[in-house]
Amino acid sequence: MSLVGGVSSARLALRWLLVGEFRAHPTRFLATAIAIAVGVALGFAVHLVNGTALASFGEAIRSVNGSADLMVRASSPLGFDEAVYPKVMAADGVKDVSPVVVLDAQILPPASEPSESGPGRRFSLLGLDVIRAANVTPSLVGTRSGGVGEGRGTLFEGRDLFLSRAALGASGASIGETVWIEANGQAVDLRVAGILPGVADDQAIGTMDIASAQWRFDQLGTLDRLDLKLADEAVARDALEALLPANAILDSSETQTTRGDALSRAYRVNLDMLALVALLTGGFLVYSAQSLSVTRRLRSFALLRTLGLEREGIVASIALEGLAIGVLGTVLGLLMGYGLAIAALNLLGGDLGAGYFSGTREHIVFQPKAAFVFFLLGLAAALVGSVFPALSASRAAPAAALKNTGDVLDPRDGVRIWPAILLLGAGILTTFLPPVADLPIFGYAAMALLLAGGVAGVPFLARALLSGLLRLRIARVSPMLAIRHVYGAPKEAAAALCGIVASTALMIAMATMVLSFRIAVDEWLGQTLASDLYVRAEAGTAFEPVVQDRLAGLAGVARIDFTKEVPMTIAPNRPAIGLIARSIDPGSEASSVQLIEEETDTQSELPPAWVSEPAARLYGWAPGDVINLPIGGEPARFTVAGVWRDYSRQQGAVTIRSVDYTRLVGDESRMAGAITLEPGADVEAAEAQLRTALPPALRTSVSFARPGDLRDYALALFDRSFAVTYVLEAVAILVGLAGVAATMSAQTIARVREFGMLRHLGVAKREIMEMLGIEGALLGTVGAIAGIALGLVLSQVLIHVINPQSFNWTMGTHVPITTILAVALALILAAAVTAVVSARRATHMNAVLAVREDW
Amino acid sequence: MTNAVTTLAIFAITIMALSFAGAQSVPGEDHTGGMAEDYAVARPGVELSFPRDHGAHPEFRTEWWYVTGWLSIAEGPRANEEIGFQVTFFRTRPRSDPANPSRFTPNQILLAHAALSDPAVGRLLHGEASAREGFGIAEASTDDADIVLRDWTFERRDDGTFTTNVETPDFSLTLAFDPTQGVFAQGKNGYSQKGPDTEDASIYYSLPHLGVSGTLGRDGVETRVTGKAWLDREWSSNFLTPGAVGWDWTGLNFDDGGALVAFRIRGANGETVWAGGSYRDPGGEITRFEPDHVSFETVRSWTSPHTDAVYPVEQVLTVDLPSGKASFPLKPMFEDQELDGRRSGMPVYWEGAVETTGGRGYLELTGYADDLEM
Repeated sequence: MSLVGGVSSARLALRWLLVGEFRAHPTRFLATAIAIAVGVALGFAVHLVNGTALASFGEAIRSVNGSADLMVRASSPLGFDEAVYPKVMAADGVKDVSPVVVLDAQILPPASEPSESGPGRRFSLLGLDVIRAANVTPSLVGTRSGGVGEGRGTLFEGRDLFLSRAALGASGASIGETVWIEANGQAVDLRVAGILPGVADDQAIGTMDIASAQWRFDQLGTLDRLDLKLADEAVARDALEALLPANAILDSSETQTTRGDALSRAYRVNLDMLALVALLTGGFLVYSAQSLSVTRRLRSFALLRTLGLEREGIVASIALEGLAIGVLGTVLGLLMGYGLAIAALNLLGGDLGAGYFSGTREHIVFQPKAAFVFFLLGLAAALVGSVFPALSASRAAPAAALKNTGDVLDPRDGVRIWPAILLLGAGILTTFLPPVADLPIFGYAAMALLLAGGVAGVPFLARALLSGLLRLRIARVSPMLAIRHVYGAPKEAAAALCGIVASTALMIAMATMVLSFRIAVDEWLGQTLASDLYVRAEAGTAFEPVVQDRLAGLAGVARIDFTKEVPMTIAPNRPAIGLIARSIDPGSEASSVQLIEEETDTQSELPPAWVSEPAARLYGWAPGDVINLPIGGEPARFTVAGVWRDYSRQQGAVTIRSVDYTRLVGDESRMAGAITLEPGADVEAAEAQLRTALPPALRTSVSFARPGDLRDYALALFDRSFAVTYVLEAVAILVGLAGVAATMSAQTIARVREFGMLRHLGVAKREIMEMLGIEGALLGTVGAIAGIALGLVLSQVLIHVINPQSFNWTMGTHVPITTILAVALALILAAAVTAVVSARRATHMNAVLAVREDW
Repeated sequence: MTNAVTTLAIFAITIMALSFAGAQSVPGEDHTGGMAEDYAVARPGVELSFPRDHGAHPEFRTEWWYVTGWLSIAEGPRANEEIGFQVTFFRTRPRSDPANPSRFTPNQILLAHAALSDPAVGRLLHGEASAREGFGIAEASTDDADIVLRDWTFERRDDGTFTTNVETPDFSLTLAFDPTQGVFAQGKNGYSQKGPDTEDASIYYSLPHLGVSGTLGRDGVETRVTGKAWLDREWSSNFLTPGAVGWDWTGLNFDDGGALVAFRIRGANGETVWAGGSYRDPGGEITRFEPDHVSFETVRSWTSPHTDAVYPVEQVLTVDLPSGKASFPLKPMFEDQELDGRRSGMPVYWEGAVETTGGRGYLELTGYADDLEM
């Protein structure tokens, strides 16, 4: 037989071996593929949902902008002076300008219907000059659909309203009918004159004449936007930068989309990362399964080696096996992901329940590029998981391997610890690196390194933990054998455990972070909601100064902190922050604003501003700094008097005194009030009294709330936005447990000869079962300890690196003891039970038959 | 009225609503169900007064400053070649609520249109501008001719000459118009009846034989031009009589210093609903035409390859002069002087430079492709 012939027949034998392996254990093969599939499915689903939400956000932006080249946009809903319009019109490089009044409007239901104001009735109402819009944003020009015999109104008819198909559909009105539109606290009757054929079908937009919009909706003298048509963009940008007032910014659809992206990016990236973690766990599971399957087949491989197959041949074959698992898993995963995305979108919405996007309806669009990336990732996980055990198998000397199927490692050898230390050290160092593009990229890299280091350290940990037990004099056979087996084969233990260690660590890390966050939010709510009663004017109504004075002067009312909040854009590429005017000085004792930093040196002559923690981090504001806020035509200068904790506005907020706000804006009305009652006053009676004191028009549009209700509401919101996180965690842990079960049973089956030998030596079947049960429990314990320790380290990365870098808020650590104990217990139990169950199967085999396997 | 069509064509998006609503409505009747408008009505016995009447009359629904003429290129490779031009500024007062304090309230809308008839191009080049009055972006003085519409202007200087400046993507014009004759009041001292109803009328005067000097800019090159032009000034709240679908109009400068205006308003079947005009001889004597003193006779029609509309581009105008009937053949500078504004929601019409025996002018043909109401 020639050498070539020998190799080819060795290959044939290898093929039989691989195919036979699949035939013998199709369920294990499938289970491994499913582990990959779950990771790919989660990652792909999250990506699809995010992509769809973002695309529909972008589409909404483009629709409402009418595809203008560039625009001048007010920094806040307060608008800017309309005198800017002719200046911009005359600016160099500008071809045409379309002035716009932007209103957040609502179509009121007909009087005959019960009053309900669902989100479907909301739309963006734009006040336009049709002549300018026809040149600059033709898609926003309505088509008048006057029937035959209908009087031809003029183009500038103030009562005419044009609605996009979506808005028209939601209004329930038909063309020619009169509808009541509410915006900015004013209800106005308009006539539906036609539709906006240029607006995308699913966008709720309306347009009307700008003069009428200014007048009827109380926006006289101000504009919200100037849409520009440019002759030369560079020239225009230069000219405009010089002439724009402080409260207007140069903006484009791209920067708006960037802002929308920034709004939820950190959240989305976090979800993506969690999904990748699920995939990583899948990879570990492949590693577990493949290591065991390779170990079990060591003798066969050794035989093939003696038949002439090269070392690389074996690696390649096992890699091929991994590839097959990977392809099956990823294809399955992509399909599952697509289905999951559709389900998630229907159940939770485009932001997966986090509340970033509202009122947008989407349909999932398959993203081939993303699908390909996830395909590659899944494949890589399966391949890497297969190649490592293959490499170690190929290193085994054929002669020794033919005789020995156990751990390649000699039990007397020490376990190398330095790879683990190296990885853990690198991970810790990486946490100190700054964020990249506002994303905690290095934070996640650090987590990956720590995870790898932790998994690499499992064999060492197993030995360290068991060396103590080893020294105990144990009379009973089964525990003694169990301890010695686990001690003697730590790599096998590590192979079984790496998946579960990884998923447990991540779960503990997430659970610790979420609990810490929740407790921080709860404490913050407790301190922030320190008043007895809260009142809010809904639907654009407001408390005028007379009403404010009347309410504050009521018997039993100690004080009312009246507030007004408007969104305000500080930088064009960042989402708007909240500008909050408070009648009670946040620096005073009476304020419920929770200051975490304060400027002690109050020499500044500028009015004070208190910035929220996210605002301070995002804009680099520190106490004592002088900041410019875009309120009014000239930049309004403030001194930062303090930093306050805020978990509700991720994009930041600035609080200023009511007097300063009124002076700068000229607006004395307030939206909400926090009411502190005299000690002993009855809240119910106070509420009734306050309601009676309101002007009749306000009585129906004002809502009261107790701090407890607000707190419950806030926490419910919190839980809702973390709901997806919980799901991903649960999936990770299930995948990990499945891994333990699979590897435990595989290991047990691989040791049939050993059990036969033990039976021959007189060990009872029951004792073998016991031994395996204890082995399982030991492994579970090692896994739990490793996972929990690693998880607590990772939680610190989440809390102190990833959370501040993604969401710009900080918090203390609270360890979820019960969750940890439950996870540990579940893990140990699951490992023990699966070991016993598979032992029962393994020991069914006749002892003689079992030993005969040993030739 | 001539001018109305031009402007209509250009800004139908706006004007459709405006002048047609006017044409269709009985004065005082409110079609929109909103506020009733108090538009001034053109009545006989008007006394023109200058420079006041060179300025805007915002109490009327519509008004225009309309210049047409022939330019002679004074320099360069095309020296002495002739091209036609027209520049129109149009003011209209839409329905709006007078109580609205917004500075954007559309109390007045200004529109402008400029077109060039160059035989070398073989079709019209045109451009337009429009804005609601206010913010210094669009303003029309009520004291004298002084109109600003973005970077388009039309004004009367202290020395009595009118100047205009227009910028379009294809060409720019900077022209001065020097009046060589006095105001030519149309109709009865400026009261020009447009239909059987005496309230279907406008206030109308012309300034023929304007000496033109200035520059024409094309492709970045400024060329000196000279020539002769005609200014029409007209304002009214009720131009069109019910049942009219379009009109033919011409204004001719004769080489001997005479000037002639003639128009006919056509019904749905091409019949003449109303006609009028006047002739001022070189000595300044004016002959006013009654409806039956004016007739247009088609000599040659041209079918537009763009719209399939058939225009009587060559006609013979016959009017009753004191010396008896006089016929003037009207020959176009070239055939394709059609302006199709439908792509931007405007009507289609023909507006072109024409020559006649001993004179030159402009001919306007409207309502041939579609009824003006569209």
